Amino acid sequence: MNLSEAFQHIIHQFKEVAPAVDFWSLRLVIDQQESLTVRQNVAQPPYFAQSQGAHITLVHNGAAAYAATSQLDRVGFKTAIDLAMRWLHASQAKMVFDATSVSRPTVSGSYASEVAQPWDGMSLSDKIGLLQDSNRQLKLHDCIVDWQAYLSHRETQVLVLTSDNTEIKQSFQYIMPGLQAVANVGSETQQRTGGGWGTMRQGGLEQLQTMQFPTVATQVAEEAIALVNAPQCPAGSMSLLLLPSQMMLQIHESIGHPLELDRILGDERNYAGTSFVTLEMCGNYQYGSELLNVTYDPGHKAEMASFGFDDDGSPAERTYIIRNGILERFLGGAVSQARTLLPGVANARASDWNRPPIDRMANLNVEPGTSSMQELIGGIENGVLMDTNLSWSIDDSRNKFQFGCELGRVIKDGELKHIVKNPNYRGISATFWRNLAAVGNTSTFELWGTPNCGKGEPNQMVHVGHASPACVFHDVQVFGGD
Amino acid sequence: MCKCLGGIEVHNYFNELSAKLFALLKGNEVLLSVCEGEESDFVRLNQNKIRQAGSVKQQSLQLTLISANKQSSARFQLRGDMQADFEHAKYCLQQLREQLPLLPEDPYLNFSTQPQNSTYMTENRLPDAAQCIEDIMQAAARMDLVGIWSSGAMISGFANSLGQFNWHSDANFNFDWSVYLKGDKAVKQTYAGFEWNKETLQQKLEHAEHTLTLLAKPPRNVEPGRYRVFLSPSALQEITGLLGWGGFGLKSHRTAQTPLLKMARDGVILSPKVNMVENHVDGLTPRFTKTGFIKPDHVTLIENGVYKNTLNGARSAKEYSETVNSDSEQPQSLYIEPGTLKQSDVLKALDTGIYVSNLWYCNYSDRSHCRITGMTRFASLWVENGEPVAPINVMRFDETLYHMLGDKLIDLTQEREHFFDSSTYESRSEASALLPGALVEDFQLTL
Repeated sequence: MNLSEAFQHIIHQFKEVAPAVDFWSLRLVIDQQESLTVRQNVAQPPYFAQSQGAHITLVHNGAAAYAATSQLDRVGFKTAIDLAMRWLHASQAKMVFDATSVSRPTVSGSYASEVAQPWDGMSLSDKIGLLQDSNRQLKLHDCIVDWQAYLSHRETQVLVLTSDNTEIKQSFQYIMPGLQAVANVGSETQQRTGGGWGTMRQGGLEQLQTMQFPTVATQVAEEAIALVNAPQCPAGSMSLLLLPSQMMLQIHESIGHPLELDRILGDERNYAGTSFVTLEMCGNYQYGSELLNVTYDPGHKAEMASFGFDDDGSPAERTYIIRNGILERFLGGAVSQARTLLPGVANARASDWNRPPIDRMANLNVEPGTSSMQELIGGIENGVLMDTNLSWSIDDSRNKFQFGCELGRVIKDGELKHIVKNPNYRGISATFWRNLAAVGNTSTFELWGTPNCGKGEPNQMVHVGHASPACVFHDVQVFGGD
Repeated sequence: MCKCLGGIEVHNYFNELSAKLFALLKGNEVLLSVCEGEESDFVRLNQNKIRQAGSVKQQSLQLTLISANKQSSARFQLRGDMQADFEHAKYCLQQLREQLPLLPEDPYLNFSTQPQNSTYMTENRLPDAAQCIEDIMQAAARMDLVGIWSSGAMISGFANSLGQFNWHSDANFNFDWSVYLKGDKAVKQTYAGFEWNKETLQQKLEHAEHTLTLLAKPPRNVEPGRYRVFLSPSALQEITGLLGWGGFGLKSHRTAQTPLLKMARDGVILSPKVNMVENHVDGLTPRFTKTGFIKPDHVTLIENGVYKNTLNGARSAKEYSETVNSDSEQPQSLYIEPGTLKQSDVLKALDTGIYVSNLWYCNYSDRSHCRITGMTRFASLWVENGEPVAPINVMRFDETLYHMLGDKLIDLTQEREHFFDSSTYESRSEASALLPGALVEDFQLTL
């Protein structure tokens, strides 16, 4: 039975017991992941994981409830529907919003990742051989005390079917490579990563080249060694040049999360927190300097959170969130849009079949500006370049933050100088973006993101994409370690 | 499969399925079989109303095939139909068998070869979750309550083809919530256990209501600087939670990545008042690991401020010639011994400073020196002359553990608080901790 036939068989089983309610939706997810790691020249046990299950949402008389099950047959669906019906009954007239006010998906369609070189096109032995070669490059010196290379692949099939006969099929493939070298001298340890570590891309093995995997292995090791012998990052108020590998985190924490409507509506107050942004700011709030342009963009095919529809079935399209520094729109899916009567985007997403969709970021990008990297550096009299996120912390309103990077480089009088370790900076979201002084052009633009954004109750870990050029900020509090 | 996940039927189901798979093994093959599952109700509340309510039933089987010093693992969801699950597992087993020849030998392969069976199975004493939600909404009728209810049965099973079988199942609830006054001013509370008591909830909410009156006062802006602070047990849990991220693992120690490297390498010590133990015997997690080892009752991590032992998972234990004493190399049942400060004397001992009820979003700002940054959150209070004066607006700290629990630690409280981890990433956590509060001087606030 192929996948399409398997889906149809499962749907048939569900429809046999589908309840008579105002609205139902069925989200089927089949997810497969393969992970390969070689650490210190030793192949770790390969790991293959498969998950499949169904998430059923019921809406009736103004209430909504869900049930999720891995038992994808008539009996399993009947049990799940009974549980959802129980919660539907318990939620009548007790919900924080009227579920019938939420617009239902009306557009059927499909989406598929573009894959030029399929994962299965390379043998298991060849993949392990590639990782072992990388390990040999990473172990450059005795002070490299730990090193590893990994390569993972994930394939996810999602089908959303509603009682209105809307049907959406999406097929995703992701590649996750990474390289790490850890250098130690005495009681000082520094790590350097590269080759896609900490992020992933949609597509096939052709993505490895653009992520510099494994070609950057020697450089990763050299920089780890340089870091462990480097001076501390200087302290003071200065200019900050963030590469896309850190812009990713800056966008994520201090633009993405504050603009999620469910946070503004208070859903996350007990866990991920609230927001310093209020609904009244939409359309008029000066979020950043006029150089700041931020888009919700599900259309970058290789960016990890590209899709045709969100998990509620809303069609996705590129939308400006911040234009010329002014906040234009929040990040909220169909439920949040109904609750606020404000426009949003298609970003109701669930981590898997066993969790309900909530407002997430998807792809949230800073648009390129006009400056070359040379111009960005040349415009800095006293500052630090920071590369690759290492530490992140921000308050529950997403305002006061402190972030750290793996590698820093001093910039003096428009020239790049020596490497510094433990580069950290702190600031306040509400003012930080207004100090955006220069935005790199497309030659500095890179696709990043994180596969591990945690939020929601029950907790959910999802992947989010953040593409950005390199950017310069003025008057930032920068400092190093002890 | 039975509807009640915690019951004997699912125990027998796993046993039968594993036995059928073991019968398929060839030659010297060894198979490890791990079953995990939950049958959970999740109800999300906002403004003391229901935001999202639902149920999740999931069960997975992880198979590890071992042969000729090689191993490979696969995990998939169980459907609950023996024939379908057996066919799926049989397919996985064949896939693993075909992969093994393509793999190099694994020098760190390590699994239990001396069968030790165990069964831990508790009676499900939980009431109907919908009734508990009704109790909560009634008790918090005047309040802006936001939070998550999680409850239901959880199972973990291990079996191997050498004859070992271990089982752990229980049913518990964990209600984790905040009561808001306005803005970010709120009281955070939890109530977890195996039996629901409506009166206990009411007492907690009454205490929250009392604390909210303190939060109604105009908040104080605290300037960056060094302050005398009391870190509540909840605040200390955020610190120890971060510390668990590589702080005690054998691998992180041997590769110099532990944030406690100065303790391990340079003999730096914490205050002699600090004693940390991984208390497997009193924790809630299964006593067996996913490779079949039985955890010891206790692992002393820090004794009188001195680093003692690491947490050793099976693979690291083989690599570094140590004994297995942990599954994840992170504390799952961390106990910190009490100090001498009575909880009733905390405000008096604090005198003038900050009562930090909660910390949030901790991370390392200089890992080699165990320097940690994070934020205050919820009902943190400015205290003058032993009296709470006003709530503070949130502040960032950036301080090394070697001060916090080292030379700047004044005392730990006699009373400790028991925490049941409310984390639900992928599935409900069974981690727990028993922690005191800590009175600390010269605690650095930065922003």
